[in-house]
Amino acid sequence: MEEKEYKGVLVFAEQKRGDIHKVAYELLGKGKTLCDKLNCSLMSVVLGQPDINVNELVYRGADKVYHIEDEMIFSVPDEVVYAENLVKLIKDIKPEICLFGATTFGRSLAPRVAAILETGLTADCTDLSIDDDMRLIQIRPAFSENILAHIKSDNYPQMATVRYKEFDEAHRDETKTGEIIKVKAIKSGNCLVEVLEEISNENINIADADVVVSAGVGIKNTEDLKMIQELALLLGGEVGASRALVETGIISKAHQVGYSGSRVKPKIYIACGISGAPQHVAGMKESGIIIAINNDPSAPIFKVADYSIVGDMYKIIPELIEAIKNKKN
Amino acid sequence: MREAFASLHFHQGGKMTIIVLIKQVPDMEKVKFDREKGRIDRSSAGTEINPFDLNALEAALVIAEKTGAKVVAVSMGPPQAEESLREAIARGADEGILLSDAKFGGSDVKATSGILSAAIKKIGSYDLIIAGIQTVDGDTGQVGPEVAGILNIPHISNVESIKDFTEESIDAVSNVWEGQYLKRGKYPLLMTVTKDVNVPRLPNFKNKMKARKAEITKWDSSHLIDIIDESRLGVKGSPTKVKKIEVPAQSQREGRIFKDSGSEAVLEMLDVFKKSRVLNKEV
Repeated sequence: MEEKEYKGVLVFAEQKRGDIHKVAYELLGKGKTLCDKLNCSLMSVVLGQPDINVNELVYRGADKVYHIEDEMIFSVPDEVVYAENLVKLIKDIKPEICLFGATTFGRSLAPRVAAILETGLTADCTDLSIDDDMRLIQIRPAFSENILAHIKSDNYPQMATVRYKEFDEAHRDETKTGEIIKVKAIKSGNCLVEVLEEISNENINIADADVVVSAGVGIKNTEDLKMIQELALLLGGEVGASRALVETGIISKAHQVGYSGSRVKPKIYIACGISGAPQHVAGMKESGIIIAINNDPSAPIFKVADYSIVGDMYKIIPELIEAIKNKKN
Repeated sequence: MREAFASLHFHQGGKMTIIVLIKQVPDMEKVKFDREKGRIDRSSAGTEINPFDLNALEAALVIAEKTGAKVVAVSMGPPQAEESLREAIARGADEGILLSDAKFGGSDVKATSGILSAAIKKIGSYDLIIAGIQTVDGDTGQVGPEVAGILNIPHISNVESIKDFTEESIDAVSNVWEGQYLKRGKYPLLMTVTKDVNVPRLPNFKNKMKARKAEITKWDSSHLIDIIDESRLGVKGSPTKVKKIEVPAQSQREGRIFKDSGSEAVLEMLDVFKKSRVLNKEV
């Protein structure tokens, strides 16, 4: 094995319109602990426009930041273009570990990169550690979240996508210094796929919210939805929804919590009139405190709830809103 | 890369070919997980086509109805995975190809993608490859994009709806990068689809009869040997190895129940909100 030819931990820092996705800071935090064990340097790569604040990656712990610069080509999610540029860099710098956030883009891009590099890739990790032989242990849920598998890769680089909100963000230290290396982008492009338009850019990110108030099909129209929205607003949170409610068209897919929607891990999750199908529970069971309101005492959601309120949400939610308002005054 | 794509030829005036990647998976509702022994017991669970793959098949069938495309279902698995290919034909696919060999056993994402790509290369001409966004057992969602990477064709991932298609290209909405992007992909192309893309049809009588009689093509490692070396198959060709399986305890929750006591619950919740400091925000 070509052992120490590969050295260092590389974190892919996803950006959109120049904003770096926070999962990069979480990966830098975790990456640092891996580096301490391996006694190697922490690196990050960002692909995007020249004016990205790449210093932020240094403040978050990166010893070296590779900035693959281009005004245009990284402004749309084109996996072919991103992969080509990343593969070139990874071949040049040979990191022993490459970490990607398991965002929709990371999960689409990383496999393409791994395929071209002919290396292994572990999906959707929830924890990482270093084994006695200095290799990466990748821990991930599988079988619809029923098991946790501990996985090791035989070859380099050891690649993984890691879930958002699993680790704390790296501590920010503005006095930290690091090397910023500008890299010229390869611009061969993608002659087959063209991004025609960004259809929705709804500015909601339920995965980032401290409080998520979710509704199920007990909500019959947009009028009913108002109390959910009001409760979310009062708690400084966002509105979530079950897949079934999204399917009615009352609320957009961006709000969907669950296996095929967003995974959320807020401080408080309030499930209103949601029965708790396994696919929904998979997306919220890691929440800090779970409150469920449902008129069916046998609803499966109560099995994962800290507070199970059996009753009519049309009565309880308005009462709750009223009580919060009184308290605030 | 531009040259690489351009040199790929596809249907060349003939009928379009769509390849659908299918996996036979256990019925997840019936799989048992032994926490003590860290074991997965599939024995009591039946098998089915991975639910997302049914959406992939449906997408192919809709395109085929308009374009006359040939739909080929490809599956890697044990001999009994032949059933899922018959089911795919019963739902409307034209052909099924089973990739089965003891040497394929234990394949991880890389080996699986390599074997599927080798089979696709052996099929030769194709325009579109459609896969489900992920399987319900492996759960990685990586095989689709890896196959595209190996074949050196572009992919559009997480497709939630298909807006338009012709014999040359497809317009699909990809949920990616914290947004929804309408992308136009010219063939050859690979696409991974979600449950939102369509509602899969059921088998009909005529196709069920067809499926019963259909000849399923079976390829083992000897059929693919010119394309993929044996060292890239199965456990040998898999860089990632499962070292340990844990069946974690369900998270312990406080589980306080309020029944017929709405007002009491409201007071208690206020307290929870206060303690969690989510009430401090200005609204």
